[in-house]
Amino acid sequence: MEEAAIYGILQEIFAEVFLRDDISLAASLSARDVAGWDSIKQIEIIMATEQRLGIRFTSKEIDDFHCLGDLVAAAARHVK
Amino acid sequence: MVGMTSSPELYWLPRQPPDWRQRVGALIDDPVENWSASWAEAVALAKFRLSFSATNALDVAARRLLSLRPERAAPSCRLAALSSSTSAHLAAGIRVGALRRGIALEMYEPPYGQYRQDLADPRSGLYAFDPTIALFAFDAVFVAAHALGATTIADANRLADELVNSFRALWTTAINRLGVSIIQQTVMPRLPCSGGNNEHRLPASGAAFISRVNQRLREACDEAGVDLLSLDAWVAQDGIEHWFSSGSWYGAKQEIALPASPMYGDLAARLIAARQGRSAKCCVFDLDNTLWGGVIGDDGLDKIVIGAGSAAGEAFLNLQHYALDLRRRGVILAVCSKNDEAIAIEPFESHPEMALKRQDVTCFVANWHDKPRNLQTIAQRLNIGLDALVFIDDNPFERELVRQSLPEIFVPELPDDPSLFPRCLSDAGCFEMIALTDEDVRRAAVYAENARRDSFKNETVDLKAYLVGLNMVLRWGRPAELDVARVTQLINKTNQFNLTTRRLNESDVRAAMAAPRAAVLQFRLVDRFGDNGLIAVAIGHMIDDANFMIDDWLMSCRVFGRQVEDAMLNVLAAVARAMGANQLNGMYRPTERNGMVADLLARLGFTTQKASNGVVTGVLNLAYFDERQTAICVEGEFS
Repeated sequence: MEEAAIYGILQEIFAEVFLRDDISLAASLSARDVAGWDSIKQIEIIMATEQRLGIRFTSKEIDDFHCLGDLVAAAARHVK
Repeated sequence: MVGMTSSPELYWLPRQPPDWRQRVGALIDDPVENWSASWAEAVALAKFRLSFSATNALDVAARRLLSLRPERAAPSCRLAALSSSTSAHLAAGIRVGALRRGIALEMYEPPYGQYRQDLADPRSGLYAFDPTIALFAFDAVFVAAHALGATTIADANRLADELVNSFRALWTTAINRLGVSIIQQTVMPRLPCSGGNNEHRLPASGAAFISRVNQRLREACDEAGVDLLSLDAWVAQDGIEHWFSSGSWYGAKQEIALPASPMYGDLAARLIAARQGRSAKCCVFDLDNTLWGGVIGDDGLDKIVIGAGSAAGEAFLNLQHYALDLRRRGVILAVCSKNDEAIAIEPFESHPEMALKRQDVTCFVANWHDKPRNLQTIAQRLNIGLDALVFIDDNPFERELVRQSLPEIFVPELPDDPSLFPRCLSDAGCFEMIALTDEDVRRAAVYAENARRDSFKNETVDLKAYLVGLNMVLRWGRPAELDVARVTQLINKTNQFNLTTRRLNESDVRAAMAAPRAAVLQFRLVDRFGDNGLIAVAIGHMIDDANFMIDDWLMSCRVFGRQVEDAMLNVLAAVARAMGANQLNGMYRPTERNGMVADLLARLGFTTQKASNGVVTGVLNLAYFDERQTAICVEGEFS
């Protein structure tokens, strides 16, 4: 799957998790940039991505999610 | 939806409508001038197949409403989640599960893992919260740690007894000091085996210890009057990967994976509702293609599919046995079918393969009224609330009509394959049981005695608005050669909505199509549930320069009650006018099966006469004919 398509899905996930439509997603986006993005929201984003794409991230991948680009790259590897 | 889902889905609830998110957003910003109306909207929004993130979004709106709640505005419940690992992520699922049942639920969770301290200290947040229900949950790692010292099986059994006794002590404290009722979750069987199939022979095995504890919990709960949330049974059914995710556990100590939280919450809410006496009491079944395959009115007793001989017949029979299981447990069975009563009852009395007999069905309603009206009749006769009914119907049109007209009634979405109906009813948990009492077992009999047939005033069902919302399109045209087989088939299998019941073979149909000054018309109906396919046929011819005679008029009873016959009359009038007619002539010829259309011509405005043999002839003057008003958009494929 193209990374662009994954960003499209993440846009929906972010709207649901943060109840806002105005977060602009980019590879560099991280928890510092969005109010309320704490460790609980981090798990929500990861789980929602797994559920929507039908994939499972590895523990190491989860540890290495420092910015949105990390998550998108890992998701793209799983979906192929 | 991209990809598969990896969690137990609430698949018996309808999918979220496109405006769902917008409605939640509106509720979050709602000024709440009328609390009850806002609450009703929140309850309605909870009755869809929600993902965990949708559940969380709705929970934000629901929590806000709860904080503004006037005293005693809705049945309420205060739940303390007492857990050895994180349960905060389950709160939204539990609150929304309760919301789905109209219950206003507030929750409290002690600081991480501090449930014992909280319970021991009357000045703790737990006592200040003053719960009505306590939900205990112990995670697999916590439980398995208690087996570590075991060197013999006797040790392991003793340690399991001791651990369960310590749970009993917690229950006693909670019951005596807080006055709560208790739900105990079984331990998630998620630890890998080190010994394999005979794991239970290893004294210190965590996996084996968890099954020992779960087994003891069942006995201990029965003795103490505690209700179990059987997580182990759901994991066995769904697979551990649907309930547990190492990412959630290692990352956040969430033993129940977040995507499973809506299901977990629904399970907890079922138990809470059951404790409040709000489980459904009566299962109402449609008949055709629900309790058997085929349409009894059209196919007849010897053609319906039920019982041994085919996979489909076995599947319907299995559903009937499941219904009997429910009945033995105290659930009342009822029937709500669009049929002539005598025809609908026939299989129950005379079909040798039917497991359900007439006397198993406490309330049997078969007629041509709309189903919401008949479901009201059933509730009245049984003297139970509408919210005590569950309605099982294969037809998405009927399901949606009942949901919109009578939202109190639970109407599960059904899988396409009837062999999955019992599993669906079981997963949906409509008849959650707390304790089996003698009264439960006798209930069906008691209600049978009480079932009253007194008449009552029906509340009007807003059928018109519902039909408009269906976006029905009736496409009509002259059949092409390709259509002849299907047209002929419909002519020969339609018994109920069939005015003259003439049987024609394919060459008869071709002859009618080729005849001068004649019309063979076929009709298809499309609505927002999809294409219903070829559903009606009309054949007519000019008998002289002014008169068009309708020789055949028949329609599948699947689409009865949707004004299709009215729209067909408009088409027939237009076709007849185009051929120069100024009068439409119709005829009804009675058979054993077509009583439902005996008064159709009169109802549609024909001037009718009835002969001594029951044949009705009718005339409609086209000069004075006003188009029948319907909610159907008519599209002609030719003119």
